[in-house]
Amino acid sequence: MANRRQFIKLSFMGAGVLAVSSGAYGAIKLLSSPEEVKKLKVDLIRTPTYCEVCFWKCAGWVYKTSDGKIWKIVGNDEDQHCNGRFCPRGTGGVGMYYDEDRLKTPMIRVKERGKQVFREASWDEALDLVAGKMKEISSKYGAESLALYTHGSGSTYFTNLFKAFGSSNIAEPSYAQCRGPRDEAFLATFGEEVYSPEITDIRDTKCLVLIGSHIGENMHNGQIQEMSDAIDKGVTIITVDPRFSTAAGKSRFWLPIKPSTDIALLLAWMHEIIYNDYYDKKYVEKYCSGFDKLKEHVRDFTPEWAYGITTIKPDLIRKTAKEMADASPAVIVHPGRHVTWYGDDTQRIRAIAILNALLGSWGRRGGFYRPAKYDVPSAKIPKYPDPKKTWMDAFPGKFPIASSPVSNAIIDASIPENKPGFLIRGWFINGTNLISSIPDQANTLKAIQNLDLIVSVDTMPMEITGWADVILPECTYLERYDMLRVSPHRKPAIALRMPAAEPKNNTRSGYNIARGLAVKLGLEAFFPFEKQEELLDWQLKQTGSSLEEMVRIGVKTFGREADDLYFSENENVTFSTDSGKIELYSKSFEQAGFDPLPKYVAHEEPSDGYYRLIYGRAPMHTFGRTSNNPNLTDLMHENTVWVNPKVSKVWGLLAGQYIWLKNQDGVISNFKIKVRITERIRWDSVYMVHGFGHSQKQMKRCFGKGASDTQMITKVMTDPLMGGTGMRGNFVTFVTNKSEQEVVS
Amino acid sequence: MRYAMAVDTRKCVGCSDCVVACQTENNVPIGFCRDWVVEVMDGTYPQLEMEIRSERCNHCVNAPCVRCCPTGASHFADGGIVLVERNKCIGCGACIASCPYDARYPHPSGYVDKCTFCIHRIKSGLKPACAAVCPTKCIYFGDLDDPNSDISVVLKKRKSKTLIPEAGTKPQLYFLI
Ligand code: SF4
Ligand code: SF4
Ligand code: SF4
Repeated sequence: MANRRQFIKLSFMGAGVLAVSSGAYGAIKLLSSPEEVKKLKVDLIRTPTYCEVCFWKCAGWVYKTSDGKIWKIVGNDEDQHCNGRFCPRGTGGVGMYYDEDRLKTPMIRVKERGKQVFREASWDEALDLVAGKMKEISSKYGAESLALYTHGSGSTYFTNLFKAFGSSNIAEPSYAQCRGPRDEAFLATFGEEVYSPEITDIRDTKCLVLIGSHIGENMHNGQIQEMSDAIDKGVTIITVDPRFSTAAGKSRFWLPIKPSTDIALLLAWMHEIIYNDYYDKKYVEKYCSGFDKLKEHVRDFTPEWAYGITTIKPDLIRKTAKEMADASPAVIVHPGRHVTWYGDDTQRIRAIAILNALLGSWGRRGGFYRPAKYDVPSAKIPKYPDPKKTWMDAFPGKFPIASSPVSNAIIDASIPENKPGFLIRGWFINGTNLISSIPDQANTLKAIQNLDLIVSVDTMPMEITGWADVILPECTYLERYDMLRVSPHRKPAIALRMPAAEPKNNTRSGYNIARGLAVKLGLEAFFPFEKQEELLDWQLKQTGSSLEEMVRIGVKTFGREADDLYFSENENVTFSTDSGKIELYSKSFEQAGFDPLPKYVAHEEPSDGYYRLIYGRAPMHTFGRTSNNPNLTDLMHENTVWVNPKVSKVWGLLAGQYIWLKNQDGVISNFKIKVRITERIRWDSVYMVHGFGHSQKQMKRCFGKGASDTQMITKVMTDPLMGGTGMRGNFVTFVTNKSEQEVVS
Repeated sequence: MRYAMAVDTRKCVGCSDCVVACQTENNVPIGFCRDWVVEVMDGTYPQLEMEIRSERCNHCVNAPCVRCCPTGASHFADGGIVLVERNKCIGCGACIASCPYDARYPHPSGYVDKCTFCIHRIKSGLKPACAAVCPTKCIYFGDLDDPNSDISVVLKKRKSKTLIPEAGTKPQLYFLI
């Protein structure tokens, strides 16, 4: 078997081609002897923060050397999100601060849009220009003609600004490009979403079922930590994935499913669990509605039926259903996070939610716990004006169950030929690189051509900033305050972020940018505190703490008011659904004209010579946002395309060879990508990590490294319920000959 | 005292947090590392097995790198930790060639560098940076001479192996399997 053995060092000795360290590091003393360390330690200064490298928001400490240089970031032991341990991205967060390619000063476009010819400007001039344009558009077409796309901590301030201005067209791509279907499916079933961090009680679970969720490659910190604890306690992990993910490698059962057929498997599991009386009868009778209809619905969905669709053997379907039942209620069929795959995603997650209900895991130890959140008082501000139109008026009746604005619908509403109810004329973009976060790039670029204003707030020169009229450079999370972190968890808690260093160059915090604009727009009353630290101190004093205390401790955890982490025996629970019950059969979906119970529908398959494009995460990167981080690039500087050996043989591909990808619509990747030949992927699919193949030259470290999956995703399977953009219906083939494609240098 | 480390291959996910935490803790220049991650695959789809290991210097009891060092820069410190004294190191690279594990690298400043088990941290009662950061808590560290240390306990409880034992170096980095 020796020849089948692969040996891959993920992080090579002498990794990366960048032999020279960035200047700032040189200034830090090299630690050579313990004496030196002792000396250094005495002068170490630490300040609290919570991490902004992903949405998990782990609280930690930033350590500086005696000469004030940021040295390292480590987790806060008291924090429930991280338990003193950051993930690789958080640990490498220092690189965000030191990245020499950061945006440095406000810029104003001087040539046609997209040509990337800018001149430097003062903050005053840049903000004047943006405020002037916003007022102009608003007086001509109404404030709702301006839309905000936003991501991350700055969202609070820009959302406040937009609401004050009179527009509610505020979209987070994390909804329609990521977790929206999950939120809607759980809302429809349990009347509650699963929050962030997810309320999965992994540490005490006996059986963890992952449907394409690749915990361990996505480093959602608390989950990976708890999964590891559960492994120690002997958890059964069942992983359903066409790819042998890291989690699959830790699993007792791996179900190498044919892509796009998950709903069939979920229905067969329901069939097994219901018709073998495996389900939690007491729980279902007490809390659920629609059981009989569900039972009837899944009557014919036997494991044999599912085998023909999923390629998973009936035996394995039976065995795994029994495993779940044996662990019930300490079982989690994980809702996932990035779930916009095939356009029937809300229905797939509904199937997951129903399965959890049958197993009685919601509200139970080892299943899903009840979160608690600390309420911090907010500053008094005037009432927001009522927006005259919302995004829903652009396309009336579309996506009826969407509870948040749909980013792609707002893009469509910016294109006149789509004849939207009203036309969006300006985009304000904060912390999200729409070019790589939203599929169908051609559509996004078409919308961009029609706009009267594009403003981009970012820390890095992303692709989208290249299209902006005005670039407003934000400082990194290590150089600013932000709002207190109050995310729900097992115990209510607050965490403080404060600057460890002054904003570099001519950058500003999101709060200061938003407030600066508010002042120019005459909306100062919506930002009553000039300095954010004054607001924080005021808020903290209301809660009996203070800024001074939080600077010392970073995180403050409170007790729960009641001992109600899980449902108590015989507790009468009223769920926030229409019926007050867990809705196995969804009346609200039925009323909106959708299937009240999930159905399996076959999806298009790749034609000869094409392979389904599956994408995912690497533990050392967050989307495309970290691709230029010097520390993280050192761990992984390009993505590879995973190809099964059977496929590489047919194509004569060699390991390590660079090729281009071409999709079903003839789009060829801008950049070449390295072939990784591995048994870890099915022969009908290829896999790549999202977030590479950047075409923005100003990000010198990551420009042209690897290929962009988003560029290959031109076919979007839109979820009719809530507008999610299904992105797994694209097929690629290999282009080995350079001349076939226009080489971008 | 005998310091040793064990990595649980059943929990390690290959995230490389141990690598970046070491790099920042010890100011390892970008492009180099003292610890790294190895993924070993076996089988054909869908009958697959995978082992992931976080590797570093084994702090060998019988260390060829110490034996071959012409200046005495490579030496054993307390608890058997193998260290390089920077001032004495002439950067000849004999140790790099002699190490069966590829655990050393030439630091751009002219000396040879490697894992120190974060001796500066363990002296003040902290865990090595990699063990302290690992999100899966799969790195165990401690004194083998103390039967109650984390490492002694876990090595007693679990099956383990070392790498290339046939080289006779007596590695003190164990892998729980
Ligand atoms: S999971 Fe990692 S990147 Fe995300 S907030 Fe925590 S430390 Fe930061
Ligand atoms: S930090 Fe832990 S889980 Fe991650 S690669 Fe290192 S040893 Fe493995
Ligand atoms: S692993 Fe290599 S460098 Fe470390 S002690 Fe053994 S021989 Fe020396």
